[in-house]
Amino acid sequence: MSRKFAGGVDVGSCTTKAMIIDGERRLLASRVIYSGTDFHAASLQAWEECLDGAGVSNGDVTSIVSTGYGRKSVSFATSSLTEISCHGRGCLYFFPGPITVVDIGGQDNKIIKLDAKGQRVSFKMNRKCAAGTGAFLEEMALRLRLPMEQLDDLARTADGEVALGSYCTVFSATEVLEKIKAGHPVPRIVRGLFHSVVKRILEMDTLTDTVVLTGGVIEHNPFLAELIKEETGTPVQIPPHPQVTGALGAALYALDA
Amino acid sequence: MSRPEPKIRKTFAAAAQMKKLMADHFLALDAAKREGKPKVAWCTSVGPAELLRAMGFLVYYPENHGALLGATRMATDYIPVANSIGYSPDICSYLTSDVGAYLKGVTPLTKAYGLQSIPEADVLVYNTNQCRDVQDWFAFYAREWNVPLLGVHTHRNIKAVEDYHIADLAAQMKAMVPTLEEVSGNRFDIDKLREVVGLSLECTKLWRQVLECGAAKPAPLTFFDATIHMAPAVVLRGLPEAVEYYKVLLKELQERIENKVAAVEGERHRIYWDGMPIWGKLRDLSDQFSSLRTNIVASTYCNSWIFDAFDPASPFESMARGYAELFIVRDESYKEAYMDQWIKDFSVDGVIFHDSRTCPNNSNSRYCMPQRMSDRLNVPALVINGDLNDLRCYSEEQTRTNIEAFIEQLDERRS
Repeated sequence: MSRKFAGGVDVGSCTTKAMIIDGERRLLASRVIYSGTDFHAASLQAWEECLDGAGVSNGDVTSIVSTGYGRKSVSFATSSLTEISCHGRGCLYFFPGPITVVDIGGQDNKIIKLDAKGQRVSFKMNRKCAAGTGAFLEEMALRLRLPMEQLDDLARTADGEVALGSYCTVFSATEVLEKIKAGHPVPRIVRGLFHSVVKRILEMDTLTDTVVLTGGVIEHNPFLAELIKEETGTPVQIPPHPQVTGALGAALYALDA
Repeated sequence: MSRPEPKIRKTFAAAAQMKKLMADHFLALDAAKREGKPKVAWCTSVGPAELLRAMGFLVYYPENHGALLGATRMATDYIPVANSIGYSPDICSYLTSDVGAYLKGVTPLTKAYGLQSIPEADVLVYNTNQCRDVQDWFAFYAREWNVPLLGVHTHRNIKAVEDYHIADLAAQMKAMVPTLEEVSGNRFDIDKLREVVGLSLECTKLWRQVLECGAAKPAPLTFFDATIHMAPAVVLRGLPEAVEYYKVLLKELQERIENKVAAVEGERHRIYWDGMPIWGKLRDLSDQFSSLRTNIVASTYCNSWIFDAFDPASPFESMARGYAELFIVRDESYKEAYMDQWIKDFSVDGVIFHDSRTCPNNSNSRYCMPQRMSDRLNVPALVINGDLNDLRCYSEEQTRTNIEAFIEQLDERRS
């Protein structure tokens, strides 16, 4: 009897993630690529690279679930589910309920509450505003002429913090320029920006039980987890590869099908 | 988890009759303006329309026009025009889209009914029971055309409608009579008012029965049907045509119930909608809910034209009561009890609150009501951000994902 495989493809606004698991729920391979402007092409590329990585042929995969912003663009998927369901399911793979999942994505944030049985109790997405998302940090990095990958180190090593009060990304950018003009050191400003992301998340919903952080922003800026822990006093967990949690959840759903 | 197939909701045979009624309504208004008689009164949708009808006015409802601007997706183009002369983008987008379209000399009535312009008012009559914006909206046109502006100023956050509310509101309506006599050229006749209130009562009773059909399983109509079929209850109440129309529609609904005809094929979930419709997205949302085999079976909004209190024996007092008993003007405890009852009676699985950016009075999610309701009834609630007319405040993908995720949550609860 041949082995059973299932796949998940998470097409986000910034990156596309693919994951392949086997019938025993073992994680075989995952891929992350930029989504670009052609979601279908991105999903296909991520999927094919993932197949290569897993050493599995497409014909051996019995079911593929797509998720994320571009979930309807994945023509080869068997079915689709929202990223709300998939991030929750992916987190439950590593941590038992009750948990509160905080997904910080490229253009939106989500807070998903799951009970002890793993059933979803509620969820919230940010309003029509990218404040506090990956797009916010990208915009600020651009203003500060800093590569994105340096932000985490700068925030972590800062010897203080410059408080930023603006909600809006555009107003924050102006505020950052004012702080630079006033002579504040860049690391302190970056730490202030990180705090701004945390504030936007905390005002979305209460963070209860164990908090599990997912998404590309956490993958590349794990210092945010420390700030959240500091602010809330709740236990904070990060899955091994938080950027592909949605794709993993999708693959787990695919295995059920 | 399967890929949903697009499904279109079933149409009603009665719809053709309604289209004709609405065409007749607008053509009569247009003819009146050309001929100079009868005089035209503008009225807010839950204003004292019966008094205006009884005085011989043809009645025009700008909110109906606002909804048309929204549904035809013209609104977002004209809101900035009103913004540019000083009306904030944060106030009622019916007001801003209507004023903006007027300033640009356009109306959806041209394409729909051949009218070159909206029918100018000879008098404007508002009731602040729904919000203060209607007062400012009508004041714009009163200045523009130099015509009388009359208003009923209703108390807010009413817990229980008391005698002093009734006395005050009835007196405010009676005080309008001399001006209305002067503008219309007609003498006030209490028997005529009794007759109109009687017809409005018949209309409202039938409209209630129409909406209550949604309690049947499967439901024979959706919120999206109701937002269309409520038009006669809004603009033709007090006329026999509205009564006749709802008799026809009710019969069709009863036949559907008898034959177990579902408005949404394979109905799986039943939703209560609180807040304004998103007029420019009705079709898209209707298709999405149908695809998800989910029916919005009841709403606060469409219930707004149920006036149980109307009584021809005491027309002014019963109008005062009817227009003060409305959900929108009541306090939070009344609103919660009201919604709880409908949610139970209609076997609702989940509640969607539309937080309409420019309509705070019709957005009940802002003071923690969804959380209290979910805890109290063990019914999941979702808040979606949007607007009745200003699609700049609406995110298509965010909304679609929120709704889809909510239905997935309902699926999970059921499994």
